[in-house]
Amino acid sequence: MSQRHDGLENQGRLIMSAEQLRRALVRISHEILERNERPVAIVGLHSRGVELARRIADLITSIEGVETDFGTLDPRLYRDDPDSASIKPVVPSEITFPVDGRPVVLVDDVLYTGRTIRAALDAIRDFGRPSSIQLAVLVDRGHRELPIRADYVGKNVPTAWGEEVRVMLEEVDGTDGVTLLRQSEATAYSLNPGGGQS
Amino acid sequence: MARTRAATTTPERPQGQSDNPENETVQAPPAPRRKPGQARPNQPPMFGGLSGSRRNVLDLDDFSKEEIEHILLSADGMNEVLSRDVRKTPTLRGKTILTLFFENSTRTRVSFEQAGKVLGADVINVSASASSVSKGESLLNTVRTLEAMKIDVLVMRHPHSGAPYFVASKIDAAVVNAGDGTHAHPTQSLLDLYTMRRHLGDIAGKKVTIIGDLHFSRVARSDVWGLRKMGAEVTVCGPPTLLPYGLRPGTEQDESAAFTGVKVVDRVEEALEGADVVMALRIQRERQDSGNLPDLREYSKLYGINSERLALASPGALLMHPGPMNEGIEISSDVAHGAQAVIEEQVSNGVAIRMAVLYMLCARSRGGE
Repeated sequence: MSQRHDGLENQGRLIMSAEQLRRALVRISHEILERNERPVAIVGLHSRGVELARRIADLITSIEGVETDFGTLDPRLYRDDPDSASIKPVVPSEITFPVDGRPVVLVDDVLYTGRTIRAALDAIRDFGRPSSIQLAVLVDRGHRELPIRADYVGKNVPTAWGEEVRVMLEEVDGTDGVTLLRQSEATAYSLNPGGGQS
Repeated sequence: MARTRAATTTPERPQGQSDNPENETVQAPPAPRRKPGQARPNQPPMFGGLSGSRRNVLDLDDFSKEEIEHILLSADGMNEVLSRDVRKTPTLRGKTILTLFFENSTRTRVSFEQAGKVLGADVINVSASASSVSKGESLLNTVRTLEAMKIDVLVMRHPHSGAPYFVASKIDAAVVNAGDGTHAHPTQSLLDLYTMRRHLGDIAGKKVTIIGDLHFSRVARSDVWGLRKMGAEVTVCGPPTLLPYGLRPGTEQDESAAFTGVKVVDRVEEALEGADVVMALRIQRERQDSGNLPDLREYSKLYGINSERLALASPGALLMHPGPMNEGIEISSDVAHGAQAVIEEQVSNGVAIRMAVLYMLCARSRGGE
Protein backbone atom coordinates (compact mmCIF):
# COMPACT_ATOMS: atom_id res chain seq x y z
CA MET A 1 0.00 0.00 0.00
CA SER A 2 2.75 2.41 0.85
CA GLN A 3 4.41 2.59 -2.53
CA ARG A 4 1.62 4.61 -4.07
CA HIS A 5 2.16 7.38 -1.51
CA ASP A 6 5.84 7.80 -2.23
CA GLY A 7 5.78 10.83 -4.48
CA LEU A 8 3.69 12.91 -2.13
CA GLU A 9 4.32 16.22 -3.90
CA ASN A 10 3.27 14.84 -7.24
CA GLN A 11 0.07 13.42 -5.85
CA GLY A 12 -2.04 16.47 -5.15
CA ARG A 13 -1.59 19.48 -2.93
CA LEU A 14 -0.37 18.95 0.62
CA ILE A 15 -2.89 20.58 2.95
CA MET A 16 -1.62 19.17 6.23
CA SER A 17 1.94 18.13 6.97
CA ALA A 18 2.85 15.42 9.45
CA GLU A 19 3.63 18.09 12.04
CA GLN A 20 0.36 19.93 11.45
CA LEU A 21 -1.52 16.66 11.71
CA ARG A 22 0.15 15.90 15.02
CA ARG A 23 -0.62 19.36 16.41
CA ALA A 24 -4.24 19.13 15.31
CA LEU A 25 -4.62 15.86 17.21
CA VAL A 26 -2.99 17.36 20.32
CA ARG A 27 -5.37 20.33 20.15
CA ILE A 28 -8.41 18.06 19.65
CA SER A 29 -7.33 15.95 22.64
CA HIS A 30 -7.13 19.08 24.82
CA GLU A 31 -10.50 20.29 23.54
CA ILE A 32 -12.09 16.94 24.35
CA LEU A 33 -10.73 17.15 27.90
CA GLU A 34 -11.84 20.75 28.24
CA ARG A 35 -15.38 20.00 27.12
CA ASN A 36 -15.93 16.84 29.17
CA GLU A 37 -15.73 16.69 32.91
CA ARG A 38 -16.36 12.97 32.98
CA PRO A 39 -14.02 10.41 31.44
CA VAL A 40 -14.80 9.96 27.76
CA ALA A 41 -14.62 6.87 25.60
CA ILE A 42 -12.92 7.29 22.24
CA VAL A 43 -14.36 5.23 19.40
CA GLY A 44 -12.69 5.19 15.97
CA LEU A 45 -14.58 4.48 12.76
CA HIS A 46 -13.01 1.98 10.36
CA SER A 47 -10.62 2.23 8.81
CA ARG A 48 -8.49 5.39 9.25
CA GLY A 49 -10.62 6.75 12.06
CA VAL A 50 -9.40 3.83 14.17
CA GLU A 51 -5.77 4.91 13.99
CA LEU A 52 -6.66 8.55 14.67
CA ALA A 53 -8.80 7.50 17.65
CA ARG A 54 -5.96 5.40 19.00
CA ARG A 55 -3.64 8.40 18.86
CA ILE A 56 -6.20 10.69 20.53
CA ALA A 57 -6.82 8.12 23.27
CA ASP A 58 -3.05 7.82 23.83
CA LEU A 59 -2.68 11.61 23.96
CA ILE A 60 -5.50 11.95 26.50
CA THR A 61 -3.95 9.17 28.56
CA SER A 62 -0.58 10.91 28.56
CA ILE A 63 -2.09 14.35 29.35
CA GLU A 64 -4.29 13.16 32.19
CA GLY A 65 -2.31 10.17 33.36
CA VAL A 66 -5.37 7.92 33.40
CA GLU A 67 -6.19 5.13 30.99
CA THR A 68 -8.74 6.17 28.35
CA ASP A 69 -11.24 3.67 26.96
CA PHE A 70 -10.69 3.11 23.27
CA GLY A 71 -12.94 1.19 20.89
CA THR A 72 -13.54 0.66 17.20
CA LEU A 73 -16.75 0.69 15.21
CA ASP A 74 -17.56 -0.42 11.67
CA PRO A 75 -20.82 1.32 10.72
CA ARG A 76 -21.02 -0.51 7.38
CA LEU A 77 -24.00 -2.66 8.30
CA TYR A 78 -25.96 0.47 9.21
CA ARG A 79 -25.42 2.40 6.01
CA ASP A 80 -28.30 3.39 3.77
CA ASP A 81 -26.27 2.58 0.67
CA PRO A 82 -25.23 -1.06 1.03
CA ASP A 83 -23.85 -1.12 -2.52
CA SER A 84 -20.91 1.08 -1.67
CA ALA A 85 -20.74 -0.53 1.74
CA SER A 86 -19.99 -4.00 0.45
CA ILE A 87 -16.78 -3.02 -1.28
CA LYS A 88 -14.72 -3.88 1.74
CA PRO A 89 -15.39 -6.75 4.14
CA VAL A 90 -17.27 -6.02 7.33
CA VAL A 91 -14.83 -5.60 10.20
CA PRO A 92 -15.58 -6.59 13.79
CA SER A 93 -16.37 -3.67 16.05
CA GLU A 94 -14.58 -3.73 19.38
CA ILE A 95 -16.28 -1.92 22.21
CA THR A 96 -15.34 -3.84 25.33
CA PHE A 97 -16.38 -1.20 27.85
CA PRO A 98 -19.89 -0.10 28.82
CA VAL A 99 -20.99 2.99 26.89
CA ASP A 100 -24.16 3.55 28.93
CA GLY A 101 -24.38 6.95 30.56
CA ARG A 102 -21.01 8.33 29.52
CA PRO A 103 -19.79 10.62 26.78
CA VAL A 104 -18.53 8.90 23.64
CA VAL A 105 -16.38 10.66 21.05
CA LEU A 106 -16.57 9.21 17.54
CA VAL A 107 -13.44 9.77 15.49
CA ASP A 108 -13.19 9.70 11.69
CA ASP A 109 -10.70 11.01 9.17
CA VAL A 110 -12.82 13.01 6.72
CA LEU A 111 -16.31 14.43 7.28
CA TYR A 112 -18.04 14.70 3.91
CA THR A 113 -21.68 13.78 3.26
CA GLY A 114 -22.31 12.80 6.88
CA ARG A 115 -23.74 9.43 5.89
CA THR A 116 -21.05 7.40 7.64
CA ILE A 117 -21.66 9.35 10.85
CA ARG A 118 -25.41 8.80 10.61
CA ALA A 119 -24.75 5.08 10.29
CA ALA A 120 -22.31 5.21 13.21
CA LEU A 121 -24.92 6.91 15.40
CA ASP A 122 -27.25 3.98 14.74
CA ALA A 123 -24.47 1.45 15.28
CA ILE A 124 -23.32 2.81 18.65
CA ARG A 125 -26.91 2.66 19.89
CA ASP A 126 -26.75 -1.13 19.65
CA PHE A 127 -23.96 -1.08 22.24
CA GLY A 128 -25.77 1.09 24.76
CA ARG A 129 -26.98 4.59 25.46
CA PRO A 130 -24.15 7.11 25.86
CA SER A 131 -24.90 10.29 27.83
CA SER A 132 -23.70 12.21 24.79
CA ILE A 133 -22.10 11.45 21.44
CA GLN A 134 -19.53 13.87 20.04
CA LEU A 135 -17.68 13.83 16.75
CA ALA A 136 -14.03 14.53 16.07
CA VAL A 137 -12.69 14.61 12.49
CA LEU A 138 -9.31 15.42 11.06
CA VAL A 139 -10.70 17.17 7.99
CA ASP A 140 -14.13 18.68 7.35
CA ARG A 141 -14.45 19.04 3.62
CA GLY A 142 -18.07 20.23 3.47
CA HIS A 143 -20.81 18.97 1.09
CA ARG A 144 -23.02 17.64 3.86
CA GLU A 145 -26.13 15.76 2.81
CA LEU A 146 -27.44 15.35 6.35
CA PRO A 147 -27.78 17.72 9.32
CA ILE A 148 -24.57 16.53 10.97
CA ARG A 149 -21.66 18.60 12.28
CA ALA A 150 -18.37 17.88 14.01
CA ASP A 151 -17.56 18.99 17.57
CA TYR A 152 -13.79 18.86 17.01
CA VAL A 153 -12.21 19.61 13.62
CA GLY A 154 -8.55 19.34 12.74
CA LYS A 155 -8.87 21.49 9.64
CA ASN A 156 -11.72 22.88 7.58
CA VAL A 157 -10.96 22.41 3.90
CA PRO A 158 -13.34 23.90 1.34
CA THR A 159 -13.46 21.46 -1.56
CA ALA A 160 -15.17 21.05 -4.88
CA TRP A 161 -17.09 17.94 -5.57
CA GLY A 162 -14.90 15.65 -7.63
CA GLU A 163 -11.90 16.49 -5.52
CA GLU A 164 -10.64 13.91 -3.10
CA VAL A 165 -9.20 14.47 0.36
CA ARG A 166 -6.64 11.80 1.10
CA VAL A 167 -5.59 11.21 4.67
CA MET A 168 -2.40 9.20 5.09
CA LEU A 169 -1.36 7.76 8.41
CA GLU A 170 1.90 6.22 9.47
CA GLU A 171 0.23 3.01 10.65
CA VAL A 172 -1.53 2.34 7.34
CA ASP A 173 0.31 4.29 4.66
CA GLY A 174 3.78 4.64 6.12
CA THR A 175 3.62 8.42 6.32
CA ASP A 176 1.51 11.15 7.94
CA GLY A 177 -0.19 13.89 5.95
CA VAL A 178 -3.31 15.09 4.17
CA THR A 179 -3.46 15.94 0.49
CA LEU A 180 -6.13 17.37 -1.75
CA LEU A 181 -6.41 15.78 -5.16
CA ARG A 182 -8.01 17.48 -8.12
CA GLN A 183 -10.61 15.68 -10.11
CA SER A 184 -8.46 13.83 -12.62
CA GLU A 185 -6.04 12.75 -9.90
CA ALA A 186 -8.94 11.76 -7.72
CA THR A 187 -10.28 9.53 -10.46
CA ALA A 188 -6.93 7.88 -10.85
CA TYR A 189 -6.75 7.45 -7.12
CA SER A 190 -10.13 5.78 -7.09
CA LEU A 191 -8.49 2.82 -8.78
CA ASN A 192 -6.84 2.10 -5.45
CA PRO A 193 -9.13 0.74 -2.77
CA GLY A 194 -8.90 2.21 0.69
CA GLY A 195 -8.71 5.80 1.80
CA GLY A 196 -11.63 7.22 3.68
CA GLN A 197 -14.26 9.56 2.39
CA SER A 198 -17.12 9.73 4.79
CA MET B 1 -7.13 10.31 -19.74
CA ALA B 2 -8.63 9.39 -16.47
CA ARG B 3 -11.92 8.27 -17.91
CA THR B 4 -10.35 5.59 -20.06
CA ARG B 5 -8.02 4.45 -17.32
CA ALA B 6 -10.94 4.02 -15.03
CA ALA B 7 -12.88 2.20 -17.69
CA THR B 8 -10.18 -0.30 -18.45
CA THR B 9 -8.94 -1.07 -14.99
CA THR B 10 -11.98 -0.73 -12.79
CA PRO B 11 -14.48 -3.55 -12.79
CA GLU B 12 -17.85 -2.23 -13.93
CA ARG B 13 -19.84 -1.27 -10.90
CA PRO B 14 -23.47 -2.10 -11.38
CA GLN B 15 -25.04 0.13 -8.73
CA GLY B 16 -27.56 2.43 -10.23
CA GLN B 17 -25.17 3.95 -12.70
CA SER B 18 -26.77 2.66 -15.84
CA ASP B 19 -30.17 4.08 -15.01
CA ASN B 20 -28.62 7.38 -14.04
CA PRO B 21 -27.46 9.05 -17.24
CA GLU B 22 -25.98 12.02 -15.37
CA ASN B 23 -23.40 9.73 -13.89
CA GLU B 24 -22.05 8.84 -17.28
CA THR B 25 -20.61 12.29 -17.75
CA VAL B 26 -19.38 12.68 -14.24
CA GLN B 27 -15.80 11.65 -14.76
CA ALA B 28 -15.26 13.89 -17.76
CA PRO B 29 -14.73 17.58 -17.01
CA PRO B 30 -16.54 19.82 -16.41
CA ALA B 31 -18.19 17.83 -13.65
CA PRO B 32 -21.82 18.61 -13.01
CA ARG B 33 -22.89 19.20 -9.42
CA ARG B 34 -23.77 15.89 -7.90
CA LYS B 35 -27.27 15.47 -6.60
CA PRO B 36 -27.41 14.79 -2.90
CA GLY B 37 -27.51 11.10 -2.21
CA GLN B 38 -26.35 10.15 -5.65
CA ALA B 39 -23.54 7.61 -5.56
CA ARG B 40 -20.09 9.08 -6.00
CA PRO B 41 -18.53 8.10 -9.29
CA ASN B 42 -14.99 7.84 -8.08
CA GLN B 43 -15.44 5.19 -5.50
CA PRO B 44 -12.78 2.56 -5.02
CA PRO B 45 -13.36 -0.58 -7.04
CA MET B 46 -14.54 -3.82 -5.55
CA PHE B 47 -12.28 -5.04 -2.82
CA GLY B 48 -9.85 -7.67 -3.98
CA GLY B 49 -11.19 -7.73 -7.49
CA LEU B 50 -14.75 -8.81 -6.77
CA SER B 51 -16.55 -8.90 -10.05
CA GLY B 52 -19.60 -7.16 -8.71
CA SER B 53 -21.72 -9.22 -11.02
CA ARG B 54 -22.33 -12.15 -8.72
CA ARG B 55 -26.03 -12.80 -8.60
CA ASN B 56 -26.04 -16.36 -7.34
CA VAL B 57 -24.07 -18.64 -5.07
CA LEU B 58 -24.41 -22.06 -6.67
CA ASP B 59 -21.03 -23.67 -6.04
CA LEU B 60 -17.52 -22.53 -5.21
CA ASP B 61 -16.07 -23.55 -8.59
CA ASP B 62 -16.75 -20.09 -10.04
CA PHE B 63 -15.41 -18.21 -6.99
CA SER B 64 -12.02 -16.57 -7.04
CA LYS B 65 -9.74 -16.91 -4.07
CA GLU B 66 -10.21 -13.18 -3.43
CA GLU B 67 -13.96 -13.54 -3.37
CA ILE B 68 -13.77 -16.40 -0.87
CA GLU B 69 -11.33 -14.34 1.19
CA HIS B 70 -13.74 -11.41 1.15
CA ILE B 71 -16.59 -13.54 2.51
CA LEU B 72 -14.38 -15.12 5.19
CA LEU B 73 -13.21 -11.66 6.32
CA SER B 74 -16.76 -10.32 6.42
CA ALA B 75 -17.83 -13.32 8.48
CA ASP B 76 -15.53 -12.01 11.25
CA GLY B 77 -17.56 -8.83 11.35
CA MET B 78 -20.79 -10.83 11.29
CA ASN B 79 -19.58 -13.01 14.17
CA GLU B 80 -19.02 -9.87 16.19
CA VAL B 81 -22.66 -8.85 15.55
CA LEU B 82 -23.77 -12.30 16.73
CA SER B 83 -21.79 -11.87 19.94
CA ARG B 84 -23.58 -8.65 20.90
CA ASP B 85 -26.41 -8.30 23.38
CA VAL B 86 -28.54 -6.79 20.63
CA ARG B 87 -28.26 -9.19 17.70
CA LYS B 88 -29.98 -7.09 15.08
CA THR B 89 -28.84 -4.70 12.39
CA PRO B 90 -30.98 -2.81 9.87
CA THR B 91 -28.74 -3.80 6.94
CA LEU B 92 -31.23 -5.82 4.91
CA ARG B 93 -34.36 -4.05 6.09
CA GLY B 94 -37.07 -4.41 3.48
CA LYS B 95 -35.43 -7.38 1.77
CA THR B 96 -37.24 -10.69 1.58
CA ILE B 97 -35.40 -13.99 1.72
CA LEU B 98 -37.25 -17.16 0.94
CA THR B 99 -35.99 -20.58 1.90
CA LEU B 100 -37.42 -23.34 -0.27
CA PHE B 101 -36.44 -26.80 0.92
CA PHE B 102 -37.31 -29.95 -0.99
CA GLU B 103 -35.31 -32.04 1.47
CA ASN B 104 -35.32 -32.19 5.23
CA SER B 105 -32.93 -29.92 7.05
CA THR B 106 -32.54 -28.39 10.47
CA ARG B 107 -29.22 -26.59 10.64
CA THR B 108 -28.98 -25.19 7.15
CA ARG B 109 -32.51 -23.84 7.04
CA VAL B 110 -32.44 -22.38 10.54
CA SER B 111 -28.98 -21.00 9.90
CA PHE B 112 -30.15 -19.09 6.82
CA GLU B 113 -33.25 -17.92 8.66
CA GLN B 114 -31.22 -16.66 11.62
CA ALA B 115 -28.68 -15.00 9.30
CA GLY B 116 -31.41 -13.15 7.41
CA LYS B 117 -33.24 -12.08 10.54
CA VAL B 118 -30.14 -10.79 12.34
CA LEU B 119 -29.44 -8.61 9.31
CA GLY B 120 -32.99 -7.29 9.43
CA ALA B 121 -34.45 -9.07 6.40
CA ASP B 122 -37.82 -10.78 6.34
CA VAL B 123 -37.47 -14.53 5.99
CA ILE B 124 -40.18 -16.81 4.69
CA ASN B 125 -39.75 -20.56 4.98
CA VAL B 126 -41.38 -22.96 2.57
CA SER B 127 -40.94 -26.68 2.85
CA ALA B 128 -41.93 -28.58 -0.24
CA SER B 129 -43.80 -31.28 1.62
CA ALA B 130 -46.23 -28.69 3.02
CA SER B 131 -46.64 -26.70 -0.20
CA SER B 132 -48.33 -27.00 -3.57
CA VAL B 133 -45.39 -29.07 -4.74
CA SER B 134 -47.13 -32.00 -3.10
CA LYS B 135 -50.14 -31.23 -5.34
CA GLY B 136 -47.93 -31.79 -8.36
CA GLU B 137 -46.85 -28.26 -9.25
CA SER B 138 -43.66 -28.17 -11.32
CA LEU B 139 -40.45 -26.70 -9.91
CA LEU B 140 -40.50 -23.87 -12.43
CA ASN B 141 -44.10 -22.92 -11.67
CA THR B 142 -43.43 -23.06 -7.95
CA VAL B 143 -40.47 -20.69 -8.06
CA ARG B 144 -42.19 -18.36 -10.52
CA THR B 145 -45.18 -18.17 -8.21
CA LEU B 146 -42.94 -17.43 -5.26
CA GLU B 147 -40.98 -14.83 -7.17
CA ALA B 148 -44.20 -13.08 -8.14
CA MET B 149 -44.59 -12.29 -4.45
CA LYS B 150 -41.42 -10.15 -4.56
CA ILE B 151 -38.46 -11.94 -3.11
CA ASP B 152 -34.84 -10.85 -3.27
CA VAL B 153 -33.02 -14.05 -2.43
CA LEU B 154 -34.15 -17.63 -2.93
CA VAL B 155 -32.33 -20.13 -0.74
CA MET B 156 -32.97 -23.53 -2.18
CA ARG B 157 -32.30 -27.16 -1.39
CA HIS B 158 -33.28 -29.84 -3.84
CA PRO B 159 -32.65 -33.59 -4.12
CA HIS B 160 -31.66 -33.26 -7.78
CA SER B 161 -28.19 -32.05 -8.66
CA GLY B 162 -28.35 -28.92 -10.77
CA ALA B 163 -31.86 -27.85 -9.81
CA PRO B 164 -30.70 -24.46 -8.42
CA TYR B 165 -28.84 -23.77 -11.69
CA PHE B 166 -32.05 -24.33 -13.62
CA VAL B 167 -33.99 -22.07 -11.27
CA ALA B 168 -31.29 -19.36 -11.34
CA SER B 169 -31.53 -19.26 -15.13
CA LYS B 170 -35.28 -18.64 -14.97
CA ILE B 171 -35.78 -16.06 -12.23
CA ASP B 172 -34.40 -12.62 -11.40
CA ALA B 173 -33.99 -13.12 -7.66
CA ALA B 174 -30.58 -14.17 -6.41
CA VAL B 175 -30.34 -17.92 -5.86
CA VAL B 176 -28.30 -19.57 -3.10
CA ASN B 177 -27.73 -23.28 -3.37
CA ALA B 178 -28.30 -24.80 0.06
CA GLY B 179 -27.52 -28.28 -1.23
CA ASP B 180 -28.47 -29.86 -4.55
CA GLY B 181 -28.50 -33.63 -4.71
CA THR B 182 -24.99 -35.01 -4.62
CA HIS B 183 -23.50 -31.96 -6.32
CA ALA B 184 -22.73 -28.92 -4.15
CA HIS B 185 -23.26 -27.18 -0.84
CA PRO B 186 -21.23 -23.97 -1.15
CA THR B 187 -22.15 -22.26 2.13
CA GLN B 188 -21.15 -25.40 4.05
CA SER B 189 -17.79 -25.28 2.36
CA LEU B 190 -17.37 -21.59 3.22
CA LEU B 191 -18.16 -22.21 6.88
CA ASP B 192 -15.74 -25.14 6.93
CA LEU B 193 -13.00 -22.94 5.48
CA TYR B 194 -13.84 -20.24 7.98
CA THR B 195 -13.76 -22.65 10.93
CA MET B 196 -10.38 -24.03 9.80
CA ARG B 197 -9.00 -20.54 9.40
CA ARG B 198 -10.06 -19.45 12.86
CA HIS B 199 -8.05 -22.29 14.37
CA LEU B 200 -5.18 -22.77 11.97
CA GLY B 201 -4.66 -19.35 10.43
CA ASP B 202 -3.80 -19.49 6.74
CA ILE B 203 -5.20 -22.65 5.16
CA ALA B 204 -2.59 -22.76 2.40
CA GLY B 205 -0.34 -25.81 2.78
CA LYS B 206 -2.46 -27.35 5.54
CA LYS B 207 -3.27 -31.02 5.21
CA VAL B 208 -6.99 -31.74 5.20
CA THR B 209 -8.21 -35.34 5.21
CA ILE B 210 -11.80 -36.07 4.22
CA ILE B 211 -13.11 -39.51 5.08
CA GLY B 212 -16.26 -41.29 4.05
CA ASP B 213 -18.81 -41.36 1.29
CA LEU B 214 -17.25 -39.05 -1.24
CA HIS B 215 -19.44 -40.18 -4.10
CA PHE B 216 -22.73 -38.95 -2.70
CA SER B 217 -21.33 -36.05 -0.67
CA ARG B 218 -22.13 -32.57 -1.93
CA VAL B 219 -20.31 -31.26 1.13
CA ALA B 220 -17.06 -32.97 0.13
CA ARG B 221 -17.32 -31.77 -3.46
CA SER B 222 -17.75 -28.11 -2.49
CA ASP B 223 -15.19 -28.42 0.29
CA VAL B 224 -12.60 -29.69 -2.17
CA TRP B 225 -13.27 -26.77 -4.52
CA GLY B 226 -12.86 -24.32 -1.66
CA LEU B 227 -9.80 -26.02 -0.15
CA ARG B 228 -8.04 -26.23 -3.49
CA LYS B 229 -8.67 -22.54 -4.19
CA MET B 230 -7.24 -21.66 -0.79
CA GLY B 231 -4.18 -23.82 -1.39
CA ALA B 232 -4.74 -26.67 1.08
CA GLU B 233 -3.49 -30.19 0.51
CA VAL B 234 -6.49 -32.48 0.34
CA THR B 235 -6.41 -36.21 1.00
CA VAL B 236 -9.52 -38.33 0.63
CA CYS B 237 -10.25 -41.84 1.84
CA GLY B 238 -13.33 -43.98 1.64
CA PRO B 239 -14.71 -47.29 0.44
CA PRO B 240 -13.75 -47.71 -3.25
CA THR B 241 -17.42 -48.07 -4.16
CA LEU B 242 -18.09 -44.65 -2.62
CA LEU B 243 -15.30 -42.77 -4.36
CA PRO B 244 -16.27 -40.38 -7.16
CA TYR B 245 -16.02 -42.11 -10.53
CA GLY B 246 -12.74 -40.49 -11.58
CA LEU B 247 -11.04 -41.41 -8.34
CA ARG B 248 -11.73 -45.14 -8.44
CA PRO B 249 -8.78 -47.40 -9.12
CA GLY B 250 -8.13 -47.77 -12.81
CA THR B 251 -10.13 -44.76 -14.02
CA GLU B 252 -8.83 -41.57 -15.60
CA GLN B 253 -9.48 -38.31 -13.83
CA ASP B 254 -11.20 -35.53 -15.70
CA GLU B 255 -9.05 -32.40 -15.49
CA SER B 256 -12.00 -30.16 -14.76
CA ALA B 257 -13.49 -32.34 -12.03
CA ALA B 258 -13.84 -31.15 -8.47
CA PHE B 259 -11.45 -33.74 -7.13
CA THR B 260 -8.61 -32.99 -9.56
CA GLY B 261 -5.32 -33.00 -7.69
CA VAL B 262 -6.53 -34.56 -4.47
CA LYS B 263 -4.65 -37.51 -3.01
CA VAL B 264 -6.56 -40.76 -2.74
CA VAL B 265 -5.49 -43.14 0.00
CA ASP B 266 -6.86 -46.64 0.62
CA ARG B 267 -6.17 -47.11 4.29
CA VAL B 268 -7.69 -44.66 6.73
CA GLU B 269 -4.64 -44.84 9.03
CA GLU B 270 -2.40 -43.68 6.23
CA ALA B 271 -4.80 -40.90 5.26
CA LEU B 272 -4.92 -39.56 8.79
CA GLU B 273 -1.18 -39.40 9.29
CA GLY B 274 -0.10 -35.82 9.92
CA ALA B 275 -3.48 -34.33 9.06
CA ASP B 276 -4.22 -30.82 10.38
CA VAL B 277 -7.92 -31.26 9.80
CA VAL B 278 -9.92 -34.50 9.87
CA MET B 279 -13.34 -34.31 8.33
CA ALA B 280 -15.71 -37.22 8.73
CA LEU B 281 -18.58 -37.26 6.27
CA ARG B 282 -22.05 -38.42 7.11
CA ILE B 283 -23.09 -41.78 5.78
CA GLN B 284 -26.26 -40.69 4.03
CA ARG B 285 -28.51 -43.62 4.60
CA GLU B 286 -31.13 -42.07 2.34
CA ARG B 287 -28.72 -42.47 -0.59
CA GLN B 288 -27.41 -45.93 0.27
CA ASP B 289 -29.99 -48.22 -1.29
CA SER B 290 -27.81 -48.94 -4.32
CA GLY B 291 -25.68 -51.51 -2.56
CA ASN B 292 -22.48 -49.49 -2.56
CA LEU B 293 -22.10 -50.00 1.13
CA PRO B 294 -22.62 -53.60 2.24
CA ASP B 295 -22.76 -53.03 5.96
CA LEU B 296 -22.69 -50.07 8.33
CA ARG B 297 -20.81 -52.03 11.00
CA GLU B 298 -18.10 -52.91 8.56
CA TYR B 299 -17.87 -49.27 7.47
CA SER B 300 -17.56 -48.17 11.05
CA LYS B 301 -14.81 -50.67 11.69
CA LEU B 302 -12.80 -49.72 8.61
CA TYR B 303 -13.41 -45.99 8.31
CA GLY B 304 -15.02 -44.72 11.51
CA ILE B 305 -13.09 -41.99 13.36
CA ASN B 306 -12.33 -42.95 16.93
CA SER B 307 -9.76 -41.78 19.46
CA GLU B 308 -7.05 -44.22 18.30
CA ARG B 309 -7.36 -43.11 14.72
CA LEU B 310 -7.58 -39.41 15.59
CA ALA B 311 -4.31 -39.80 17.50
CA LEU B 312 -2.58 -40.51 14.16
CA ALA B 313 -3.31 -36.99 12.97
CA SER B 314 -1.21 -33.96 13.94
CA PRO B 315 -1.37 -33.11 17.63
CA GLY B 316 -4.34 -30.81 18.12
CA ALA B 317 -5.79 -31.57 14.69
CA LEU B 318 -9.33 -30.30 14.18
CA LEU B 319 -12.13 -32.82 13.94
CA MET B 320 -14.99 -31.65 11.76
CA HIS B 321 -18.29 -33.10 10.62
CA PRO B 322 -20.94 -31.39 8.49
CA GLY B 323 -23.73 -32.90 10.58
CA PRO B 324 -26.09 -34.44 11.33
CA MET B 325 -23.84 -37.10 12.86
CA ASN B 326 -24.46 -40.81 12.96
CA GLU B 327 -22.59 -41.29 16.19
CA GLY B 328 -21.04 -44.72 16.40
CA ILE B 329 -20.89 -45.12 12.61
CA GLU B 330 -18.64 -42.55 10.93
CA ILE B 331 -17.57 -40.94 14.20
CA SER B 332 -17.44 -42.29 17.72
CA SER B 333 -19.19 -40.40 20.51
CA ASP B 334 -16.10 -39.71 22.59
CA VAL B 335 -14.23 -37.89 19.84
CA ALA B 336 -17.38 -36.22 18.48
CA HIS B 337 -17.75 -34.40 21.78
CA GLY B 338 -14.05 -34.34 22.61
CA ALA B 339 -11.56 -31.51 22.84
CA GLN B 340 -10.55 -31.64 19.18
CA ALA B 341 -14.08 -31.50 17.79
CA VAL B 342 -15.23 -28.15 16.40
CA ILE B 343 -18.54 -29.48 15.16
CA GLU B 344 -20.76 -27.14 17.14
CA GLU B 345 -18.54 -24.22 16.22
CA GLN B 346 -19.10 -25.11 12.59
CA VAL B 347 -22.79 -24.56 13.22
CA SER B 348 -22.34 -21.12 14.83
CA ASN B 349 -19.90 -20.08 12.13
CA GLY B 350 -22.51 -21.13 9.59
CA VAL B 351 -24.75 -18.27 10.66
CA ALA B 352 -21.95 -15.72 10.25
CA ILE B 353 -20.98 -17.09 6.84
CA ARG B 354 -24.57 -17.02 5.61
CA MET B 355 -24.92 -13.44 6.86
CA ALA B 356 -21.88 -12.51 4.81
CA VAL B 357 -23.28 -14.29 1.74
CA LEU B 358 -26.74 -12.73 2.03
CA TYR B 359 -25.20 -9.29 2.61
CA MET B 360 -23.07 -9.67 -0.49
CA LEU B 361 -26.02 -10.75 -2.65
CA CYS B 362 -28.51 -8.18 -1.34
CA ALA B 363 -26.06 -5.33 -1.63
CA ARG B 364 -25.69 -6.20 -5.27
CA SER B 365 -29.29 -6.80 -6.04
CA ARG B 366 -30.37 -3.33 -4.93
CA GLY B 367 -28.14 -1.43 -7.30
CA GLY B 368 -27.92 -3.97 -10.07
CA GLU B 369 -31.44 -3.57 -11.35
